Amino acid sequence: MTGQVLDLASTVSPGRAAAPAQQRVSPSINVDRITVSYANGVPAIRDVSFTLGASTICALVGVNGSGKSTLFKTLMGFLTPLMGEVRIAGRPVDKALKRGLVAYVPQSEEVDWNFPVLVGDVVMMGRYGHMNFLRIPGKADRMAVDAALERVGMSEFRKSQIGELSGGQKKRVFLARALAQGSEIILLDEPFTGVDVKTESAIMDLLRSLRDDGRLMLVSTHNLGSIPDFCDQVVIINKTVLAYGPTETTFTEANLAEAFGGVLRHVHLGGAELHADADRRRVTVLTDDERPLVLYGERDHEKLVKPDRGETD
Amino acid sequence: MIDLLFEPFGYNYMTKAIWVSALVGAVCAFLSCYLILKGWALMGDALAHSVVPGVALAYMLALPYAIGAFAAGFVAALGITGLRRITRLREDAVIGLVFTTLFAVGLLIVSINPTSVNVQSIILGNILAISDEDVTQVVIIAAASLAILGFRWKDLMLTFFDESHARTVGLDPWRMYIMFFVLLSACAVAALQTVGAVLVVAMVVTPGATAYLLTDRFGVMIWLAMTIGAVTSALGAYVSYFLDGATGGLIVVFQTLVFLAAFVFAPKHGRLAARRAGRKTAEATP
Ligand SMILES: Nc1ncnc2c1ncn2[C@@H]1O[C@H](COP(=O)(O)OP(=O)(O)OP(=O)(O)O)[C@@H](O)[C@H]1O
Ligand SMILES: [Mg+2]
Repeated sequence: MTGQVLDLASTVSPGRAAAPAQQRVSPSINVDRITVSYANGVPAIRDVSFTLGASTICALVGVNGSGKSTLFKTLMGFLTPLMGEVRIAGRPVDKALKRGLVAYVPQSEEVDWNFPVLVGDVVMMGRYGHMNFLRIPGKADRMAVDAALERVGMSEFRKSQIGELSGGQKKRVFLARALAQGSEIILLDEPFTGVDVKTESAIMDLLRSLRDDGRLMLVSTHNLGSIPDFCDQVVIINKTVLAYGPTETTFTEANLAEAFGGVLRHVHLGGAELHADADRRRVTVLTDDERPLVLYGERDHEKLVKPDRGETD
Repeated sequence: MIDLLFEPFGYNYMTKAIWVSALVGAVCAFLSCYLILKGWALMGDALAHSVVPGVALAYMLALPYAIGAFAAGFVAALGITGLRRITRLREDAVIGLVFTTLFAVGLLIVSINPTSVNVQSIILGNILAISDEDVTQVVIIAAASLAILGFRWKDLMLTFFDESHARTVGLDPWRMYIMFFVLLSACAVAALQTVGAVLVVAMVVTPGATAYLLTDRFGVMIWLAMTIGAVTSALGAYVSYFLDGATGGLIVVFQTLVFLAAFVFAPKHGRLAARRAGRKTAEATP
């Protein structure tokens, strides 16, 4: 089972393979100085700007209530910015959504797991944008669904009701739906919560292969430790963008400390305590959630320690 | 004996009552599948009650009652969803607020104009005495609703299941909900004739709830619910000939009986199946 999961990344992307005629649009997300507020009028995010292009996995990090989900809702057109503008692949949000350029992998809490749909039905929903208005699946649609299920290792669960799956399996079903959809841009809200380490690294492999395929992914996560593993860009927010850019230069202790303040569990194993010599290097462990972020080196010159998998670049 | 069983079909008004009821039962059942999954069961009740002032006004102005009912139902649906959006009140509070207000206004209008309308027939239904004109109205509403649902049921399902995803395939959830509420108001109006405002809620809840116990697939659920809705409604109208009782009451009692049967005997989600499965696991792990 897990063995199957681990080589997900090898096959071609099913959604697109099934629709070769479709012209590829170069993915991009352009957020320009947006301020977004809910009905109560208080801005949830202020003056947020960043730009992302093709072949990117971007992490979106911040404390609870920093506005990650708000940003997603804005990208999905549920909220309209009071000020500023969002453009997706050069188009206004609604146009981009109409063209099926964006796929969304929801947080588990957003899904009604008692809904009477089977795993196969859910993945087929990814194909609706490719079908005529009666939504009758054709051969290409069925093939895309098969391939997507195969790729996330969920083929044998095709006939299960979605509520009968484990947390990690549920995540994979919705990932498969995004694959079947074949969109150039994929938004993932907390894809790693409730997922074991094996499935987590399988999902990361999958995202990496999608990146190599030219797609753009925006991933919100509290799992700081795995970010250097698979993300090449980071947006750190707390109501507004605190820092954004390549992981190497942006994902630093200083920036994270600013974003998380006292929230982060913060463990220094400092030079003198750690070794009895003049070596001033120290280990810093930052953790928000499951996987800790480990930094090592002299103060303010600490480098990321990439756990076992160092070959992200 | 056999003659007695066929007797109702000898009367024009009875055959009409039977098939009109079946049609209305089927459409309401279709909608019930969506309502119960969204936890909006009471919305059906609210709409049916809210329709009363519209009917009363329509009678007063000598308009076809369906137009008044429909307008009122639509105002209620918009009021409920709109209030829900802009206040932080919970759905049930908003529903309670809107529908009691409209129902009260309806009763007020009727009491000021006592001759304008037979409230009894709105609140309790009176399918056996339905006029040809009303039959036409009901049939048009039901047929149009069935046609729209037939074309858009998958899009509605997608919207009800996952709004965000619905957006990514180019649907506008807000528009889909409005369409749904238009259909629901229309069918509540149609159901007024058969079971009356008080029991409409059963028509738009029970068949869906029953079908939900019987399957894990939405498409199958719709077919099951429609069958249950149509058969129980026809049966209710038929039996009311012999019992000389309220058709609405009979229909809803039959629906409840089917529900209870499913609740106990459903192959996967019934009580017996659950107990059997429990016993099996207990045996497997001594
Ligand atoms: N429906 C809402 N109405 C009003 N304010 C809201 C609503 N949803 C969120 N907020 C506010 O917007 C801000 C950002 O919330 P958001 O849900 O975007 O945070 P988040 O970064 O996704 O947090 P988490 O890590 O907990 O998921 C918070 O201050 C929150 O109080
Ligand atoms: Mg969130």
